[in-house]
Amino acid sequence: MTDLAWLDAAVTGARPQAMAALLRYFRDLDRAEEAFQEASLKALKTWPQNGPPRDPAAWLIMVGRNVALDAIRRERKSEALPEDEAALSDLDDAEGALVDRLDDAHYRDDILRLLFTCCHPDLPSTQQIALALRVVSGLTVAEIAKAFLVSEAAMEQRITRAKRRIAEAGVAFGTPGPVERSERLGTVAAMIYLLFNEGYSASGGEAHVRKPLCEEAIRLARLLLRLFPAEPEILGFTALLLFQHARADARLDADGAIVLLEDQDRALWNRGMISEGEALLDKAMRHRRPGPYQVQAAIAALHSTAGSYADTNWAGIDALYATLEHMQPSPVVTLNRAVAVSKVEGPEAALAMIEPLASKLGGYFHFFGLKGALLAQVGRVDAAREAYDRAIALAHTTQEAAHIRLHLDRLAQDAGQGKRPRRKAP
Amino acid sequence: MKYAILCYHAENVVCAWSKEHDDEVMAKLSVVLERRAKAGQLGPVARLMPTTAATTVRKDNEPALVLDGPFAETKEQLLGFYVFDCANLEEALDIARELSEANPGGAHEVRPVGYFLDGSAPT
Repeated sequence: MTDLAWLDAAVTGARPQAMAALLRYFRDLDRAEEAFQEASLKALKTWPQNGPPRDPAAWLIMVGRNVALDAIRRERKSEALPEDEAALSDLDDAEGALVDRLDDAHYRDDILRLLFTCCHPDLPSTQQIALALRVVSGLTVAEIAKAFLVSEAAMEQRITRAKRRIAEAGVAFGTPGPVERSERLGTVAAMIYLLFNEGYSASGGEAHVRKPLCEEAIRLARLLLRLFPAEPEILGFTALLLFQHARADARLDADGAIVLLEDQDRALWNRGMISEGEALLDKAMRHRRPGPYQVQAAIAALHSTAGSYADTNWAGIDALYATLEHMQPSPVVTLNRAVAVSKVEGPEAALAMIEPLASKLGGYFHFFGLKGALLAQVGRVDAAREAYDRAIALAHTTQEAAHIRLHLDRLAQDAGQGKRPRRKAP
Repeated sequence: MKYAILCYHAENVVCAWSKEHDDEVMAKLSVVLERRAKAGQLGPVARLMPTTAATTVRKDNEPALVLDGPFAETKEQLLGFYVFDCANLEEALDIARELSEANPGGAHEVRPVGYFLDGSAPT
C-alpha cells in the first residue's frame, strides 16, 4: 500500500469514532462534518511528514474540534485568529488523555448516537441509508448516487433534505438507559440491514457498483459488534451478513443473470467469511438468548456448510423457520419455510402451506415464483404457467423476469417432449 | 533458537481491505514464507479472525469468568500461545479452563484461526 492509500484507510477507519465525538461536541451534523473534513485535510499535510499518530481517531477529534472552535470564535468576533499550528504542536501530550476518554463507555454511545441520528423515523429508509453512507462511512455523494442509480444532484438534494430534517428534529443527546440503548441498537441494525439488502438485491450490470454497499454494511456491523461485543443479536446479525455476502461471487453468472442457491458453484463461496460467521454464531449461541437475527444466521449457516443443495439439512432449516415464524410472524417467513417443507414433506404440503398467503402476498414476485415451481413439480402445468406469468409481471429487475422465463421455457420443453402430465383441474 | 513473530495492525483498517488488496498482501507474504520454508525455517503460521470473534477466559475469578471480546488489559503481557483443533467454541473454552486450572492467574483469549499453515510452504 502506498503512503497515501494508508493515510486514506486510516482516516476512513477513524471516521465513525471521530464524527461521533465531534457530533457530541457540536450537536450539529454539518458542523461536525466540516470539522472532520478540515482535520482530514490537516492529516493529509502533517501525517506524511511527521508519521501517523498513535491514535488517528483521537488526533482527528482533537484537531477537528480546535479548527471548528476557531471557526465559531471567528464567526462571533468576525475577526481573524492566528493559525492554529501552535495548537497542533502539543497534540502528543493531549492525545494520551483523549485516548483514555475514548475507552469510556459513553464513547460507544457516541457512535451509536451518530448511527441512530441517521435513522430518524421521519426519514424514509433510502434517506437513512444515504445519510449513513455520507456521514458515518464518508462515501462521496457521487459514490452514493452511483450505487443508488440516481444523479449526483438528486442524491445531493436527498442528503441535504435529510440533514435539514434532522436539524429541525434535534439530536437526542442524553445518555441512553439500557432499554433505550437496546432499542437504538435494534433500529441501527435494521438500517444497516437495509443498506446490505440494497447491495444484495443488485441486478446484473450494476453488481460491481452495488457490492461496496454490502461491504460497507458489514463494516458498520463489525463496528457495532466491537462496541457491543456481548450482544447475541448483534453477533447473529454480523454472522448473517457474512454468510450472505460469502455467496456474492456465485450469485450472478458472467452475463449478470441470477444464479439460484441450488445452481450456485459452491467453490466460489468465500470460505473465510463463512468460518467467521460460524465463529460469531457460536459465540452468540452461548448466551442462550435467541433472537430473529441469530435464527436467520443459523439458517444461513446450514446452507453455507452444506456440501450441495441436495445435502442441505432441510429438516433443520424447517425447524429454524418454525422458530422464526413464532418470533416474528410474517407471510414472507412462512413462504421461505415452505421451500424447506417442500423438501422434507413434498410439494403438496408446501402448496397447502402457501395457499393462505395469497391474499397477503398477492403483489410479491417470490410468492408466484415459488408457487409456479411447486405447481410444476406436482404436474399442474397450466396453473404453474399462470403463476409464472404473474411473477414476471411483478419482477423488479430484468434478471428476475429472465429467470422465470427460463422456467417457462422448461415447462414448454417438457410438454413438447410429451412429458406433459395429465392436466389437472387448476 | 525458535522465534515467534507476532503481527499487529489496525483491525478496522485491515477488515475494510478489498478482497483484491487482501489477496495481494497474502500473495506477497506467501513469497516470504515460501523462501523460509525452503530453508527449513518455517514453523506454524496463523492468521487470526478479528477480535470480534474472540472470547476471553479470565482466571482471577472462581469459577473462571468467560467474557465476549478480546483480552484488552495492559497490565498483563502475552506470554505464549497454543493452537488446538476443536469441534466448536465450547470445546475450545473447556480447554482454556483446563489450562487456567493448571496455570493460575491472568487470562486466556480464545480466538478462531482464519488461515493456518502447519509449517509447510503455502500452496
